[in-house]
Amino acid sequence: MSSKHPAISVQNVVKTYVVGHKAARHTTLGEALTARLRNPFGRAQTDTFQALKGVSFDIAEGEVVGIIGRNGAGKSTLLKILSRITLPTSGRMELFGRVGSLLEVGTGFHPELTGRENIFLNGAILGMPRRDIERRFDEIVAFADVETFLDTPVKRYSSGMYVRLAFAVAAHLNPEILVVDEVLAVGDGEFQKKCLGKMKDVASSGRTVLFVSHNIAAVSNLCTSAIVMEGGQLIFQGPTQQGIERYLNTNLNALEGDRDVKDFRPAWCKPYITGARILGPAKREQYTLPMGSEITLEMTFRAPAGKTLRRPVMGVVINHATLGTVGGVNTRMTGFESDEPCAAGVMSCTLKRMPLLQGSYSVELWLGDGHEDLDCLMGYLTFQIEPTDIYGSGQTPFARLGAIYLEPKWHLAADPEVAADSAAAAESRAADPLAALSSEN
Amino acid sequence: MSVVEPPSRWAALELRELWRFRELLLSLASRDFKLRYRQTALGVSWVVLQPLMAAGIFGLLFGRIAKLPSDGVPYFLTAFAGMLGWNAFSTTLTKSSSCLVGNAHLVSKVYFPRIVLPISTVFAGLIDFAVSLPVFGILLVLYHYPPTLQMLLVPLWLLMVLALAQAIGLFTSALTVQYRDVQYIMPVLVQFLLIASPAGYSVSAITDPRLRTFYFLNPLAGLLSGFRWSLLGKGDVYWGYVAYAAVVTVVLLVAGAFAFRRMEQRFADVI
Repeated sequence: MSSKHPAISVQNVVKTYVVGHKAARHTTLGEALTARLRNPFGRAQTDTFQALKGVSFDIAEGEVVGIIGRNGAGKSTLLKILSRITLPTSGRMELFGRVGSLLEVGTGFHPELTGRENIFLNGAILGMPRRDIERRFDEIVAFADVETFLDTPVKRYSSGMYVRLAFAVAAHLNPEILVVDEVLAVGDGEFQKKCLGKMKDVASSGRTVLFVSHNIAAVSNLCTSAIVMEGGQLIFQGPTQQGIERYLNTNLNALEGDRDVKDFRPAWCKPYITGARILGPAKREQYTLPMGSEITLEMTFRAPAGKTLRRPVMGVVINHATLGTVGGVNTRMTGFESDEPCAAGVMSCTLKRMPLLQGSYSVELWLGDGHEDLDCLMGYLTFQIEPTDIYGSGQTPFARLGAIYLEPKWHLAADPEVAADSAAAAESRAADPLAALSSEN
Repeated sequence: MSVVEPPSRWAALELRELWRFRELLLSLASRDFKLRYRQTALGVSWVVLQPLMAAGIFGLLFGRIAKLPSDGVPYFLTAFAGMLGWNAFSTTLTKSSSCLVGNAHLVSKVYFPRIVLPISTVFAGLIDFAVSLPVFGILLVLYHYPPTLQMLLVPLWLLMVLALAQAIGLFTSALTVQYRDVQYIMPVLVQFLLIASPAGYSVSAITDPRLRTFYFLNPLAGLLSGFRWSLLGKGDVYWGYVAYAAVVTVVLLVAGAFAFRRMEQRFADVI
């Protein structure tokens, strides 16, 4: 980043929020006035929370930077400052170029307006000049795949269509610096792939991109470098892979108890899933498993008041921390149908033998009603696969050989004519039993 | 290059930045216009029906029952002329006061100069006026009332009334972000202003000279009486009070813009 122009320079940025009930932030005039009367000279007492504790970094032009960190690490606050929504409490930031930010899919979408009207409105809100929107209108519509519903109010759209349209507008944004928060985790798998592809285009077009995601595979796929945040501080800036390792290490040490499902739910979801856990072969909660083990992914769900699931459909996608999706399955594709409508329950998916190599994995859980996707949790469940002597050979498979282990049947047929030439030499070195080796792992 | 620094007491107005977002201004205005009467049976005709109904009530109450003077103009016409200016003012003021809170999701998720929001509400007042003006023309024909040369000054009055509404709106919208109390004060304030301004009646109804001086402390009084004078060619225009109203408007507008810019820096954290 040395020779290139900087695109962003952040210098010792601190952000403090006023919190707590005895805070000086009075939300009624009466409170503000009485507080002033009681304490006319000094500043009122405050409880404060430092979301960012002095963060400094430079980002060079054209870099694609992944910002990773656990919830509450300060990523979102940093993005809000970078996108100029809020100002730092102290410190300074320089931006060389126009910033477009995408902190939420569909900001400013209005349910009463038609798809067409929302494209223009949303584009304007995101800072796209009208003629740019006009020029790319067809592209946006095609990307979102909503041609036939352009003149329908978006309140009649399915959640999938809504999200597709919203992402499509945002994806055609054209700023010099793009700031994106966890927006890829939307829509179905097909569309996610399309989004990732679009992000890749943006990333490779020489624009500066800052990208926050829980999807480590996406970060590893897209980003040229990474920033790791923890506790309001920057703890790492450098190559993506190193950053991801750093993040995964801090993640392992973290308590599992303080997590909340709603932090793992994309914006379009409705809150159906109330909890989830992973069970080992003994049907007890277990998050570190040997290779080849049985695993059960279980979720509890409860429909919002007045709703039922006509036909609960569960989907499971397993992602390797850096390599991406390993596999996925849902109840429908495997012919498991439950015709019993229900409003709440526990649904689980047991995988008899998971051929996963050692490493970190995260799980996407999906819940639908046979019509559309209702809810999903991205990365709420994570598990580790331990190195195991799966072949009974006294050693464990090499790491970094992908995500799954293979179960081979080896065979060797020695060529006797070639063998004849060196037979004499071989005999002199004492008989070797490797003449015809055949092994079954 | 743009520099982002902690909030300061004096933030520049950054008019160029505002100009860059002029398209957003129009988009928001057209969104509000499209949404305003969606899912109503009568649609945009409400823009006309509201002042007609108000003028009818004033005509009955002040004209028939209280028998207030109307400078020899049919009372309904006097009242409707008053409502034209008044509606432009009150629509803009009411909408701009609630515009930040009503668009909280935008304020906390996207960057743009926040002042775009209150400014976009001026269009609502403008559109109301533009739709009602032809109705006023029809009324003139129905009452066989000749149009006057002063009508050419109508844009001036409209501009001043909207500017005053905007000036107040800058304060109230920004204050509402932190103190939701303002939301509850506003309807009362607007109602009070309606009574304290010559909207439903003409200034000639106030005969006590001392009371009149006091009455004209309300800058809207000078503006609305000018508005009516311009539309009907009857009654008086009080140029001194109009000048006073203009000064008040400009001072409030400038002060409001700076106050808004200052408070704006914390909107996203507070809203």
